[in-house]
Amino acid sequence: MPVQILKERNSGKITCVTLGATAEQGGTRACTITVGGESSLPWLHFEGETPNKPVVAVEVLDRYPEEWNDAVKAAYGDAMKDAATWAKAAVECGGADLIYLRLQSADPELGASTPEQCVATVKKVLATVGVPVAVIGCGIDEVDNKVIPAVAEACAGENLLLGLATTENYNTIVAAAMVHKHTVIAQSPLDINMCKQLNILITEMGIPADRIIVDPSIGGLGYGLEYAYSVGERARIGSLQGDKMLALPVIGTVGFEAWKAKEANVGADEFPGWGDQAERGILWETVTAASLLQSGLDILVMRHPEAIALVKKNVADLMAPSSL
Amino acid sequence: MALTGLDIFKLLPKKNCKECEQPTCLAFAMALANAKTSLDKCPYVSDAAKETLGGAAAPPIKLVKVGTLGAEREMGDEVVLFRHDKAFYHPTLLAVEISDKLSGAELEAKVKKVNELAFERVGQSVSIDMMAVRNDSGNADAFAAAVKAVADVTCFATVLITEDPVAMEKALAIIGSQKPLIHAATEANWEKMVELAKKYEAPLVVKGKGLDATADLVEKVAASYKELVVDLGTRELSQSLAEITQTRRLSIKKKFRPFGYPVIAFTASENPRDQVIEAAAYITKYASVVVLKADEKSQILPLAALKMNIFSDPQKPSQVEPKVNAIGNVTADSPVYITTNFALTYYTVEGEVSASKIPSYILACPTDGTSVLTAWAAGKFNGDKITEFIKACGIEETVKHRNIVIPGHVAVIKGALEEKSGWKVLVGPAEASGINAFAKGNFA
Repeated sequence: MPVQILKERNSGKITCVTLGATAEQGGTRACTITVGGESSLPWLHFEGETPNKPVVAVEVLDRYPEEWNDAVKAAYGDAMKDAATWAKAAVECGGADLIYLRLQSADPELGASTPEQCVATVKKVLATVGVPVAVIGCGIDEVDNKVIPAVAEACAGENLLLGLATTENYNTIVAAAMVHKHTVIAQSPLDINMCKQLNILITEMGIPADRIIVDPSIGGLGYGLEYAYSVGERARIGSLQGDKMLALPVIGTVGFEAWKAKEANVGADEFPGWGDQAERGILWETVTAASLLQSGLDILVMRHPEAIALVKKNVADLMAPSSL
Repeated sequence: MALTGLDIFKLLPKKNCKECEQPTCLAFAMALANAKTSLDKCPYVSDAAKETLGGAAAPPIKLVKVGTLGAEREMGDEVVLFRHDKAFYHPTLLAVEISDKLSGAELEAKVKKVNELAFERVGQSVSIDMMAVRNDSGNADAFAAAVKAVADVTCFATVLITEDPVAMEKALAIIGSQKPLIHAATEANWEKMVELAKKYEAPLVVKGKGLDATADLVEKVAASYKELVVDLGTRELSQSLAEITQTRRLSIKKKFRPFGYPVIAFTASENPRDQVIEAAAYITKYASVVVLKADEKSQILPLAALKMNIFSDPQKPSQVEPKVNAIGNVTADSPVYITTNFALTYYTVEGEVSASKIPSYILACPTDGTSVLTAWAAGKFNGDKITEFIKACGIEETVKHRNIVIPGHVAVIKGALEEKSGWKVLVGPAEASGINAFAKGNFA
């Protein structure tokens, strides 16, 4: 007796968003990256399309991250002392599809770099790597509102991914992205209603929906991952039912969250029951990524090259067509 | 599809006698629809109604048990496709595989290692659930010997993997009384395997090839034995997820009986790290059992954490025990922070405090597992409540000073808290991410 397969007929799909711009398009990138376009729940190839596979953005800072785990620092060594060198290593050895550059040194407590210095850093990264680049501020609104517009202007035409636009602070960043033709990251605090509301606010300023990537503020494995997982599933279900203001590609700061966990960091000497620390940390980041890939992440912001290699293999396996 | 409250109401006697412990028949119907009560609580329901309701109320996926005593685990009995619709109830069981090609000291060491895959994490004990012995050798006696080695030490339930009924019989003679999961009944051997499963009252995996063939085989087997687990026989991740998703959809949405059983999945890759990732996908997507070969603590702990996350109840905030927590090598002079007992809030604060490398105390104030601002808005995190907790939790006997750091978002409670408690209040950063800088500025 043949089984009657159940296929959902979805009316909506995720908007395609392209990052970066090549010389013909007014930028200097060697390639562009397109994410989104899915018309089914994650990986259900039998009832919809996944035209673009999820990509990995490697997190790069403009200061040496002394506080990061030794396992991650060891992976890049001295390259981490310079953002451009680090970005180059991330592309050549780390498997980066794009660079997620965090301008942390703009923070008055972490270097107080001026907007001009930040622009110079971004320019240097752009000159060194050919992949698209995301540029994020230091997290202090007053500072970021000076830094990001300066970067947007100096890099006009590159179609950077600029962030972070939040409900409390989106005007300046969105305006800068709009004028200089960049894409923005809209960050909301693990709340699907606030996520949707922010997308509406941003599009009302005149930027088209295909220039927005959503950052739902994921939780890492063991620390709120399930909230992010369910927000992701609900957003995808809403998108497939035709809700355009939810139907945007999703970015998740996997490395940042995963490497915050105690389980990723404490040594085997302190917690012998948890096994080897380096392996555990890498898999903590990997499993955070792998589980959220099942709820619909499009861009994974990651740190450890070995975790990235594992996730890319997983994505390749998941992209294999299935037939029913 | 389960009946709605109104569908059920139509079939009830409508006496509103309250004997079911519900105020009205309609309330009883609603409680039935939400599985909060059972039909036998109503003494007046007609037989006809019982039949209709009983059939409709039967779980779409059967509950199947494996193991005995402390090692007993439940599989199946799920009712939704998405955890946010209700909850996932029975966490995926992790089974670590042991080959019967190992022997002697090698086998002993392996069994011992797998037996130690148990952890303490965020105040809870978690572990793998089963040891799976695979008949790689093709030899019935080698299989029995490996099963014996496992039986001698294991504190977990077992999975016996062989399609050879002779080997299975020998293994069951050793460990059959412990209700192992029998893997597997196939097109070729199912009659003998069913016989063995019946004899030992053990759950039986029915292994087919893809959806159609598996459904056919399950129907044949289910005619005589119903303690079943389904193996679709597919090992490629993408195809396997598609097929498992179909079994879940068909059982829940269409009540398709051949797939109304828990599903077992096997990781396909040879690399243990890749197996961990595959297992992560199966944990999120409907597998009741995942078999993998990865056996390092560092490889299993992330999967144990994922199980805890995905199978947590979305309607019940996870909480930590309200008490004084010491972070690092604390002394009577260590700083004291206060936050709520919502697990997410607490562990975020704990992570940042421990990252500051300054030994400190964190008080997890009982707020029924709500976050700082939610608890404050509900009157559960104010001067009175915090004072009550400070006096009760024993921190006043633990530290010499009387300084406490409160979350920046509730700076307004500073005055009231100082007045009630007699402690000096420092207003900390609004976000936990600011704790590191705050701690270095104030306590280093």
